[in-house]
Amino acid sequence: MNFQLRDAYTPHPVSSNAKLACANLWKVYGPKVGYYFDTKGYIIDPQLLAKRMRDEKHIPAVANVSLDIPEGEIFVIMGLSGSGKSTVLRCLARLLDLSHGQVVLDGQDISKLTERDLIDVRRHKMGMVFQHFGLMPHLTVIDNVAFPLKIQGKPKQERLARAHEMIELVGLHGREDAYPRQLSGGQQQRVGIARSLAVGPEVWFLDEPFSALDPLIRRQMQDEFLRLQKQLKKTIVFVTHDFIEAMRLADRICVMKDGFVVQVGTPEELVSRPANDYVRSFVGDAPLAKVLRVGAIMNRHIADEHRAIATTKISASAKLEEAMTLFRNESSVLNVCDEEGQEIGSLSALQVVQALAAKSRIAP
Amino acid sequence: MSGERQTRSNLAGTLDMSWKDMSWLLMGLLAAIALYAAPNVTWLGTFPEHWGLPISAWTNAILAPMVVGLQGATRVLSQVIGAPMSAGRAVLDWTPWSTVTLAFFLLAYWTAGIRTACFTLASFLYIVSVGFWTPTMNTIAQIGLAIPIAILLGFAIGTLAARYPRLNTATQASLDFMQTIPTFAYLIPILLLFGFGPVVGLITSIIYAMPPMIRNTILGLQRVPPELRESGRMSGCTPLQEFWWVRVPAATPQLLVGLNQTTMAAFSMIIIASVIGGSQDIGWEVLSTMRKAQFGESLAAGVVIAVLAMILDRVSCGFTQRYVHGEQFHTNRYFWIASLGALFASVALASLVPSLWVWPDAWVIRPAAPLDTAVDWITANYGTSLNALKTTAFYYFLLPLKIGLVQAVTPMTWGLSFDGPVQIGYWAIAALAVGVATVYSDRAAASIIAVIAILLFYGTTGIPWPVFIAIVTLAAYQAGGFPTAVFAFLAQLFILVSGFWPAAMLSVYLCVAAVAICIAIGVSLGAAAANNDHLSALLRPINDGLQTVPQFVLLIPALMFFQAGDFTALIAIILYAIVPAIKYTEAGLRNVSPNSVEAGLALGCTKRQMFWQVRLPQAVPEILLGVNQTIMYALAMLVIAALVGTTDLGQEVYIALGKADAGSGLVAGISMALIAMIADRVLQNAASSRKAALGLPV
Ligand SMILES: Nc1ncnc2c1ncn2[C@@H]1O[C@H](COP(=O)(O)OP(=O)(O)OP(=O)(O)O)[C@@H](O)[C@H]1O
Ligand SMILES: [Mg+2]
Repeated sequence: MNFQLRDAYTPHPVSSNAKLACANLWKVYGPKVGYYFDTKGYIIDPQLLAKRMRDEKHIPAVANVSLDIPEGEIFVIMGLSGSGKSTVLRCLARLLDLSHGQVVLDGQDISKLTERDLIDVRRHKMGMVFQHFGLMPHLTVIDNVAFPLKIQGKPKQERLARAHEMIELVGLHGREDAYPRQLSGGQQQRVGIARSLAVGPEVWFLDEPFSALDPLIRRQMQDEFLRLQKQLKKTIVFVTHDFIEAMRLADRICVMKDGFVVQVGTPEELVSRPANDYVRSFVGDAPLAKVLRVGAIMNRHIADEHRAIATTKISASAKLEEAMTLFRNESSVLNVCDEEGQEIGSLSALQVVQALAAKSRIAP
Repeated sequence: MSGERQTRSNLAGTLDMSWKDMSWLLMGLLAAIALYAAPNVTWLGTFPEHWGLPISAWTNAILAPMVVGLQGATRVLSQVIGAPMSAGRAVLDWTPWSTVTLAFFLLAYWTAGIRTACFTLASFLYIVSVGFWTPTMNTIAQIGLAIPIAILLGFAIGTLAARYPRLNTATQASLDFMQTIPTFAYLIPILLLFGFGPVVGLITSIIYAMPPMIRNTILGLQRVPPELRESGRMSGCTPLQEFWWVRVPAATPQLLVGLNQTTMAAFSMIIIASVIGGSQDIGWEVLSTMRKAQFGESLAAGVVIAVLAMILDRVSCGFTQRYVHGEQFHTNRYFWIASLGALFASVALASLVPSLWVWPDAWVIRPAAPLDTAVDWITANYGTSLNALKTTAFYYFLLPLKIGLVQAVTPMTWGLSFDGPVQIGYWAIAALAVGVATVYSDRAAASIIAVIAILLFYGTTGIPWPVFIAIVTLAAYQAGGFPTAVFAFLAQLFILVSGFWPAAMLSVYLCVAAVAICIAIGVSLGAAAANNDHLSALLRPINDGLQTVPQFVLLIPALMFFQAGDFTALIAIILYAIVPAIKYTEAGLRNVSPNSVEAGLALGCTKRQMFWQVRLPQAVPEILLGVNQTIMYALAMLVIAALVGTTDLGQEVYIALGKADAGSGLVAGISMALIAMIADRVLQNAASSRKAALGLPV
């Protein structure tokens, strides 16, 4: 290919401590995809390459995406409809063949695996939850949940026991013999979650799992999800187009546009330093108090006079919103604690006000 | 187009005429010239034979070596399929009637519940007591083999087609074509390849019955949500597991629809295939007695076919319903053990009580004699009125349509002759009607009136072929644009040069007559049913019954009262083809958007205005589709009506079948398919452009 050599392609190094990673991932739809990627890869600015593909009636659904997701992280992918979120997710889960790039799971490149080996990986390491639940209409709740185990040829006794356990976990006890069509949307998604967890996966994929639900149920399911994660500590890739949802759940967020990754960062980073107007438009009207964490703005050294008056504790990972309710009720200074309850800092009402004021100046 | 615009354009003269209007005018002129010249120029009247091409002979020349080449293979296949069928026959023949009846009772109970089971029991008792046991068992042996094979093959082909897009396109195209080919035409090549005998019926019915299964398999498999397949793959399915454990179960409701349709089609074809004889089945029983004018006997056997069809339908529907609604079957072991036990016990009992094994001859009731008496009584008492009905319909409706008013109207029958002033009056009225339609309605209505006027004047067989071709081609152009017009033109050309034009015109004549009556009665009934729930509830089982029963059976009552001939064929065709006219009209009227009905109410429409000005116009597309179906049904029935002595294309196919003349049979069959396809395309296009004009989803 005689592309002009500009801002050449830089192979992304796969980080060694990532549980799941991808490097220079492309997924292109069109009649002659192979044409764009010869054996050595491509040597052109990815943006130009994507533009050229579009001009030639190809769709770069995912373009040059590199991600590293450490173990136990909730990694949220968000973006407008058609930005390639689902496609990235499906490439990571290897439901789709890649056009170019690598997907690495536990240090093993799974982009070159044979179908047989892939099936093995899916059977033991991956679980997935779908927007429209993807439940088998002909199977009862219990059989749906036990389905992945049945596929593996596990004995009936064992798989039913495991399925019961999972149903218990998602709080659907008593509905084992119902068919999916007899359940509400929220209940169906609980079944979907139970099924995806039945094989005890290490990596958990969720593609807009709560988008088809009413706002109230959605809230409830998000809480449920956080509760589960606290217990299970999976590595999670979660797709949503709802920024508030992303803020509530994410450890890190990846914002996508037209197949490209625009920005990756913690919710605070996105709000305080949006990479461009696209990201800003997403986070623009996000209520800061719901986003910023206490830990990010607290006072690390604890002044004695504060220690004296601070009687109320708050976790460093709590949102400012929560802190504000405590101020209103009680004191003007809070004790900030870490996960173990160890005091690590303090937070005054003034700090909160300053933080909110400063951030709103940054994000017009 | 609104009446207002029409008026203006007519008043403003011909200046703003569109290309379509021009072509109509030109066609009108040409037609007038042709019609005027026809009496003097013979080739205008009848297409000269030496202009034609020996397409049938060519077909034979191509087929003959193929048949010889394939015969070895087909003989083997014939043996392979024949063996299990003979075995099935032998087993059914040996098994005590009481055991067979019990088995079917249990099957019906298992699938469709106690009511169907009791109906089955009563039906089998009827069958055995009127002495049709052996032919019925022979038929059951055939369908028992044909249905599973058709379903399995259909499923396999559908699966492959759903898998490979290119195969899918080819399959859909051939399915569309197969659907329009008349039933007898299927029989001919198979007869050539397999020789006479019961295997022919078996194979024909397998081929004929597969398409619905193929279609529904493709549809079902393709409609499985991609998310469901992905969830299967994420659960760790291998491709095979994904297919059998995810896609097939998810597609099962659709597959079961196919199963029901295929079952009914297979049964219907088995019955039709008995016209070639040689398998001593129940269809043959009907046909042979019908030929001997033993109508009582024929009717008694016809009832057997009808109840078998109903049982098959109930059983396969019941199976579907239960599956779709997720009800639990009696899958518990005890039901099976008890059933098996009961079956063995019944054999044991029958060996002790011989009359439970073979129904004693002395017990056989012959309903034929009383039936014949009843028929005789009816013909004796109502014969004159039946005859009057027949002659009236014949002289005042069928004959003019067939040979034209000029010849049909004689002082003998009409009390006047169709000459000088009467002709002028006729044309004057026609012209007035066309004028009124142009001003107050649209050009489509005006052209329809004009065409009807011409058709009635010359008759379908009297109309010069260039005029007919021009009219149809233009109608096709109007409805579907250039491609449709080209298709219509070429298709008619094929019929013309292959030498089947006169027969085709006879088919058109019978079809037009039947469809006209079906529309008149069917649309009125449908409209009435749309306004009246009682009537609707009354019509539904009748409609379903008429559609479930193999077409063949409908010939019997028609033949009983009206002897062989056009009128009898007409009645049989109407019985079968009226159903879609009723169903679609009712559905169309009932599905009119409630918003517009409310708007009509708010504007103060009277009931009558509501019907004519709000609901009917919106139901027109649906009604057009119903008319389309009616035409398809009429053409399908036309072939079967050949058994009661018509003279059209259907008869040509039937004659070719008798002579095993594959060329003529196929070409006549294809001609019929072409007529069906022209009508189909014109009406489908008209319906969808109407829909588009009304802003409804196409
Ligand atoms: N099989 C396919 N063939 C062609 N184009 C595809 C295919 N699948 C996805 N695309 C295109 O890829 C792009 C990304 O699709 P994707 O489903 O990943 O978007 P998304 O971000 O998940 O959107 P949504 O929020 O609507 O789910 C879209 O432009 C889509 O049209
Ligand atoms: Mg998506």
